[in-house]
Formats: sequence, structure tokens, C-alpha cells
Amino acid sequence: MAVRPEQEQSVMDIWIEGRQWERFPWWFVGILGAILFMIFKIVSDPQYTRAYNAILPGLRLTLYITVVAFLAAVAIGLIAGLGRISQNFVLRNLATLYIEFVRGVPTLVLISTVAFVIVPGVANLLGIQTPRDQTPRAIAALAVIYGAFLAEVFRAGIESIPPGQMEAARSLGMTHFQAMIYIILPQAIRNMLPALGNDLIAMLKDSSLVSVLAVREITQEARLYSGSTFRFSETYLILTLLYLIMTIILSLLLQWYQRRLRNE
Amino acid sequence: MSNPIEIAPDEIIVVDELRKFFGAVEAVKGVNLRVKRGEVVVVIGPSGSGKSTVLRCINHLEVPTSGAVYLDGIHLEDRRTNINQVRTEVGMVFQQFNLFQHLTVLDNVIVAQRLVRKRSNEEARRIAMEQLTRVGIPEKANVLPRQLSGGQQQRVAIARALAMTPKVMLFDEPTSALDPEMIKEVLDVMLELAQDGMTMVVVTHEMGFARAAASRLVFMDQGRIVESGDPEEMYHKPQHQRTRDFFNKILTHG
Repeated sequence: MAVRPEQEQSVMDIWIEGRQWERFPWWFVGILGAILFMIFKIVSDPQYTRAYNAILPGLRLTLYITVVAFLAAVAIGLIAGLGRISQNFVLRNLATLYIEFVRGVPTLVLISTVAFVIVPGVANLLGIQTPRDQTPRAIAALAVIYGAFLAEVFRAGIESIPPGQMEAARSLGMTHFQAMIYIILPQAIRNMLPALGNDLIAMLKDSSLVSVLAVREITQEARLYSGSTFRFSETYLILTLLYLIMTIILSLLLQWYQRRLRNE
Repeated sequence: MSNPIEIAPDEIIVVDELRKFFGAVEAVKGVNLRVKRGEVVVVIGPSGSGKSTVLRCINHLEVPTSGAVYLDGIHLEDRRTNINQVRTEVGMVFQQFNLFQHLTVLDNVIVAQRLVRKRSNEEARRIAMEQLTRVGIPEKANVLPRQLSGGQQQRVAIARALAMTPKVMLFDEPTSALDPEMIKEVLDVMLELAQDGMTMVVVTHEMGFARAAASRLVFMDQGRIVESGDPEEMYHKPQHQRTRDFFNKILTHG
């Protein structure tokens, strides 16, 4: 930053000599360009305008599914992650069974399995009506799948805390549970934030997969619209850039938040 | 509750035929130790002699393979014993300090008082400040542990243990991870504590501290207590060859 020109030097010279241009995030300019191009197209080209108007109503559902399913996945992941490192061999094996099961089946297949097999099965077991609406099933499916990934994130996060922290807490008379809640997890979650953020972005992208359940989020809306109008290129270009805008914004927010944490 | 062994009323710690295996390795091979109220017992010995393991068995951080530990007459290995309740009476100070990194110094000293002793916030805060003043760093109450030097961190760890108003304090090589210039400030706090009548079991290599504060010196080697007795006597006239060798090794450079 502190480049002090000895003699007459233009700003451009310093910039190029300091190789600042190599550090500049040119990729971002590319993405910004694509987004601006899309906005221009939507405003100026009626075909794009129509496709955009057809997809947009699904955006609320995409965001809703992502947020609710992620919160549920965090809860499942915490429980399964604690189970994974439990001293109790029954809990440990149950947690490992769940995680390995989810990891061994393709996500797209598992969404249908959860929606059509597990959700009705559990509803039957509890003696309640299976929801007619597909949205809760889609949320359950994503939560179950990401719960398994997050379980491993929680396990790694907890294991990243030196064992001395637990020992010190226990030596003061805290129960294992108190030590976990007040001492270990607050530190573990800090270490986990980058991984959690990445999984939130991945979840946003994978929410597109629940279109196989005919849940009318943006991907499903795009499929319906393009299927009936044969405007595939306009529709999918808009769909692609919509996801890109959301993931870029999320990713920038996470970077900003992490930088803030580091500087604390 | 009747105990299978005789315990005098003033014996606060009784270690009876303690054995501990780590896998196939026998780290402690039958240790007997009795500590009276107000006594300061300093345990010395080469690394791997089992002295830290004995100490960690006294608050059940390590579970003995066989033998028993009694704290104030309570049998720790008994299934009916509430170990968390026993631990509130036993303060422990670790080699690596183990301060809670996400909490300020003050909260480090408060958290267990609130959760375990169920003290009110005001009371816990008052006691925390008292103890921080006692170890000489009340002005650091609101900083995070990583902003402190090793010696300061260890003094906070001592305050944290003392705030629980324990009957016994255990020290596991409290100065071994410190830079030389910080050892004294920690030993000074410990010495003062000993003079205040606290019952202490201290695993350390600091012979100076042992001679100044110990009411009894215990030398361990290869999982056994080799000899124990008055620190000055043992220091000048060790009865066993192994004790003599150990003193020679640690003192030639001191």
C-alpha cells in the first residue's frame, strides 16, 4: 500500500509495477458482467422477461426450503456428530450407520427415498397423516442428507478442541453435558464456521434437486416454463444466473463475517 | 458408608494400592499415599514415573485399574459416588493452564461457580475478583486468555480453581510449560496458598519450592513411591540410590 514514488510516476505505472493488477479479482468482474448482461436482457428482450417472470415466484420457496432445511440439518448434525464420538457404543453405531447410509446413496436418489419411503414410514409409525404437500418432504429429505454431512463437520469441530478444555471443565465439577454446551461447542462452532458456510451454499444449490418432487422452487418453475414454451436457452440462462447471484452474495457475506471474526 | 480401610478423620486424601494400566503398560504399580488436612505434599520423580497419573486419579480424571482413592472419606471408584460433586471440592491446575479460550479471564473464573456451585452472578463475580486479586491480576479481568503471558494464564487458572472454594488443590507440573522468568510469579502464589493452610498435592521439578513449602516430599520412580519424608532430610540424606541419582541429575545444572 505504502508505495511512495521517488520521482514523477503516474498512478498507472505504480499500479502495473506493483503488480496490483495481478491481485485484482478479475473473476468477479466477469461474473458481474454476466449478471449485468442478464439484467439488460430481462429488461430489453420480451422472451427473457417472460421467462424471468415465470421463474421468479419460485425464489421464495427456494430460500425458504434452504433456510429451514439447513437449520434442521444443523440440529440433526449436532446430535449425530455427538453420537459419533459418544462413549456409548449403541449411540456411536447408530450415528455411524446413519452417516454411512447417507454417504453411500446418490443425493438425487435419496431425496425420493426420504420423501416416498422414510417420511410416510415415520408418519405411519407416529400415527399421523403424511403431509400431502411435497414441501415438508423436500425439507425433510435435504435435512436428512445434509445432517449426515454436518455430523462430520461437528465431529471434526469438536475434535479440534484440545482435550485439556474438557478436562479443565470436568475438574471444576461440570458434567460432560455442561462442558459440551458451555465450553467445547462455543469454541468448536467458531472453528466450524467456514465449513458450515460452505455447506449452506451447497444446500442452496442442492435445493434444486427437490424439483424431482415437483416442489415449485425456481428449478421446477424453470422446467415447467421451458417445457411448455420450448424457450430452453433463455430459461436456463436466467436460472443459472439466479443461482450464481445467490451463491456469490452468500459467499461474500461469509467471507466478510469470517474476516470480522478473525479481527476480533 | 463403611470403608474397607481405616481412615483417620484428618486424612483428606487416601490413595490405597493404586494401580493403573495404559494398554499393556503399567504406569502406576501399587501406590499408597495419605494426606492430612493442611499438608503440602510435593511429588517429584523422573518423567514417566507415574506421578501425574496418581494426581489425575485423585480427582478421577483417570480411572484406576485397581485400588481405591478416598476423598474426605468418599470412595471415588464407588458407582454411587457423584463424581462431579467430589470434584467441586478438588481444584486442579494443569501444566498447559487449560483456560477456556472463548471466555474472558473473569468469565473463566465465574462459569463453574454459576453452573456447578449455583452461585448468583453477583456472588460469583465478587468471589472471582477476590481470587484474581489474590493471584495478583485483578486488572486483567476483562481480557481474553490468549492476551496474557504464560505466567499470568497459570495464575488465572489457580484463581479459577480457588473460586470453587475447594478443600484440596492439585497441581500437575504447574511451571513446566512456563518461560523461566515467569516461574517465580506462579510459585509465589502457590507458596502463599500453602502458608494459608491449603491442602496441596504438587507434582513438580521445582526443588526450591519443595524445600520452601512442602511438609512432605515424595519421590516416585517407575510407578512406585521409592521414599518419602521431610524435604530437608531427604534432600540432604536420600535413603535410596535412585533418589540420590535423581537429585544429582536435576541439581547439577541448578
